[in-house]
Amino acid sequence: MFDHEVMRSGAEDLAGLAERVRPVTLTREQRLPVLPALDVVVPGGGLRRGSTVAVTGADGVGGATSLALALVAAASQAGSWVAAVGLPSLGLVAAEELGVALEHLVLVAAPERGAWGGVAAALVDGFDCLVVPAGRAVRPGDARRLVARARERGAVLVQLGGGWPERADVELAITRSRWEGIEAGHGHLRARKVRVEGGGRGEAARPRRIDLWLPAAGGAVEVARPARPVTPVPAPAATPDGPPPTPSHTAGRRRDRPLRAVS
Amino acid sequence: MGEREAEGAVRTLVVRVPDWPVVAAGVALAEPAAVFHANRVVATSPGARAEGVVAHQRRREAQARCPSLVVLAHEPSRDARAFEPVAAALDEITPRVEVLEPGLVAFPTRGPSRFFGGDDALAERTRAVVAEVLATAAPEGASPPPVQVGVADGTFAARLAAETADRSCVVPPGSSAAFLAPWPVAALDRPALVDVLQRLGLGTLGALAALAGPDVLARFGTEGHDAWRLAHGLDRRPPALADPPADLTVSVELDPPADTVAPAAFLARGLAEELHQRLWARGSACTRVVIGAETEHGEHLERMWRAEGALTPAAIADRLRWQLDGWLQGSARHRPTAGISRLWLAPDEVVPAGGRQLGFWGSDAAVADRASRAVARVQGLLGTGSVAVPEWRGSRDPATQIALVEAEAVDLTVDRPGAGKDRVTSPWPGRLPTPAPARVHAEPVPAEVVDAAGRPVGVSGRGELSAPPARLSVAGGPWQEVVAWAGPWPVEERWWDRARARRQARLQVVPAAGPARLVVLEAGRWHITATYD
Repeated sequence: MFDHEVMRSGAEDLAGLAERVRPVTLTREQRLPVLPALDVVVPGGGLRRGSTVAVTGADGVGGATSLALALVAAASQAGSWVAAVGLPSLGLVAAEELGVALEHLVLVAAPERGAWGGVAAALVDGFDCLVVPAGRAVRPGDARRLVARARERGAVLVQLGGGWPERADVELAITRSRWEGIEAGHGHLRARKVRVEGGGRGEAARPRRIDLWLPAAGGAVEVARPARPVTPVPAPAATPDGPPPTPSHTAGRRRDRPLRAVS
Repeated sequence: MGEREAEGAVRTLVVRVPDWPVVAAGVALAEPAAVFHANRVVATSPGARAEGVVAHQRRREAQARCPSLVVLAHEPSRDARAFEPVAAALDEITPRVEVLEPGLVAFPTRGPSRFFGGDDALAERTRAVVAEVLATAAPEGASPPPVQVGVADGTFAARLAAETADRSCVVPPGSSAAFLAPWPVAALDRPALVDVLQRLGLGTLGALAALAGPDVLARFGTEGHDAWRLAHGLDRRPPALADPPADLTVSVELDPPADTVAPAAFLARGLAEELHQRLWARGSACTRVVIGAETEHGEHLERMWRAEGALTPAAIADRLRWQLDGWLQGSARHRPTAGISRLWLAPDEVVPAGGRQLGFWGSDAAVADRASRAVARVQGLLGTGSVAVPEWRGSRDPATQIALVEAEAVDLTVDRPGAGKDRVTSPWPGRLPTPAPARVHAEPVPAEVVDAAGRPVGVSGRGELSAPPARLSVAGGPWQEVVAWAGPWPVEERWWDRARARRQARLQVVPAAGPARLVVLEAGRWHITATYD
């Protein structure tokens, strides 16, 4: 009964258990969970409390809103409250499909440019995640205060669009996006493959790149190529790839081709 | 008397002014009026009840039943403020007045009953005192609200006696159990327990009281045993409570003295928290608290508040604030002559704290509480209507599938079934296929869609495109080549209603650069209603 195999595996179990019960993090390093598909784009596998995340789309590339919603999805499911400030056009059905728990989502109207400070101060006290619009809506002074306040209170600030006075801790940019399932007059938007490139400061400084289905068929988020999820790039990618070849739209040939992707 | 107390019920008198929140708002009871909290009815006037307005109803439903309904906001501090003169008037009968909630007070009858010559005389005297106060406070020409007085063994029975009383109802000593027997178990006001009892066929308090006490304790735990004691006309728990030690009293000096509520109320929370911490350190909680104040001129004000369960710090702070409201903003006759210089809280009755284990990361309720406080502050800064929460609705349009409900209309600290997708049960044919667009424009953006020859694209009555779309221009911007498109999906809604009828054709368009769009043709014009960002 007590052969060596069992004993060794018992020792391994014990080591595994010790690993699991080890004190995880200091308070300031507490992280809010992210969806499994986003593990590799967010350093440390979670949103560090008090950090800022900037989500941008390269020129003419969509998907930033979806990525911002996906980032806060797991945290909201885990019970964190999310406030979206000054984003009246947020697609809430899409948010739900991406995994945001709507019972923990609150939408706040855009404050006047001067009122941002007070509103932000009130919100970081009560909410774990704040999704805020591009920096041009906020005065630089208010923006700095908001970032400082979020850092102090341990709230995660997701900036949807650039233009903030300080560089964010984590920067995520969508450099390529391609819809699948739709053609000239056929099918419908079914899934979108995006390339997310990550950078930032500190632990996020190492460049990261991943292809995601954002959304995958059905609306959720998936890693596009699970076999090779992370491609460390030697140097930060300078330019987004040029526009992929556009398919020709000859009506006669259309039916013969299999469904193909478009950009 | 001593014998009965050993059994566990203190002979108690309860004064009840029915529909107090409506009375406190200064509305005549004959008028249909209702008080709303988080969009639900919490109190009604008899006039409103006659029209079919009942508690827990939604506001819209209540207004549909009674269009002339006077809508009042739920304001506990107003209720308490208006009630303070009543409680103060009872001070001349007994010093041991306990406010259970605004509109409901209780006191033990032992001393005053002897002094005034029996329970009946005391009840009549009490009723007269309260009726006089209410008559002076009632608006001109309106008849004063009714007053009900009940005397029985134990607060629970006295309360029910007051509810049945036309004027006053005295249940003879020792017969409270018989008085309670025909009452339905719903009178216990414990919905979860009552539900179980009813399903077991225990419909009345008499049926519950007929069971053996130890059996009830074994089956339903302390909560069930408490209910069983109440059904017997005993107090909830044996009143074998030692007087709490004096060092539990917490106090705070106000410098400068406060003659308005705001600065004093500011300290209320901290004081309540401190009291709670002290009690907590001893493993106790308090069910009855004395709120006291001292003014610059040396006046002493005191009022006792009691709750059915243990008072939480928030509940103590609320009561302290209400009481300050009552003292400082009441009529000139009861108002102190100088500012309040000292405030104290003394626990008058402490019980072992049942306690509750919080979640490791703090409880969900605490998190929701924090969020709802932040929302309240933002509403204060930006005005009401500035904060909204999503709720599911059935619809085929991504913009109306989820409605935004103003945050003041919902209670964020409780479960909201409306936020769950299972709220929408029936399918909506014609809904857009998933995924949904990540941006839904509040104001549709005008757009132009043309075919290869530059002619505007139209949709025929049979739902066919006049030509494949080749280029798209957003809000007068540069032309973008269309690389893929799908549709048109015609939508015809509410064709039976000429004013609200809509006919649309929807198209998903992927331009060469930029995100995919949802373009809609309505009344000959193209608009972008959503963006797949």
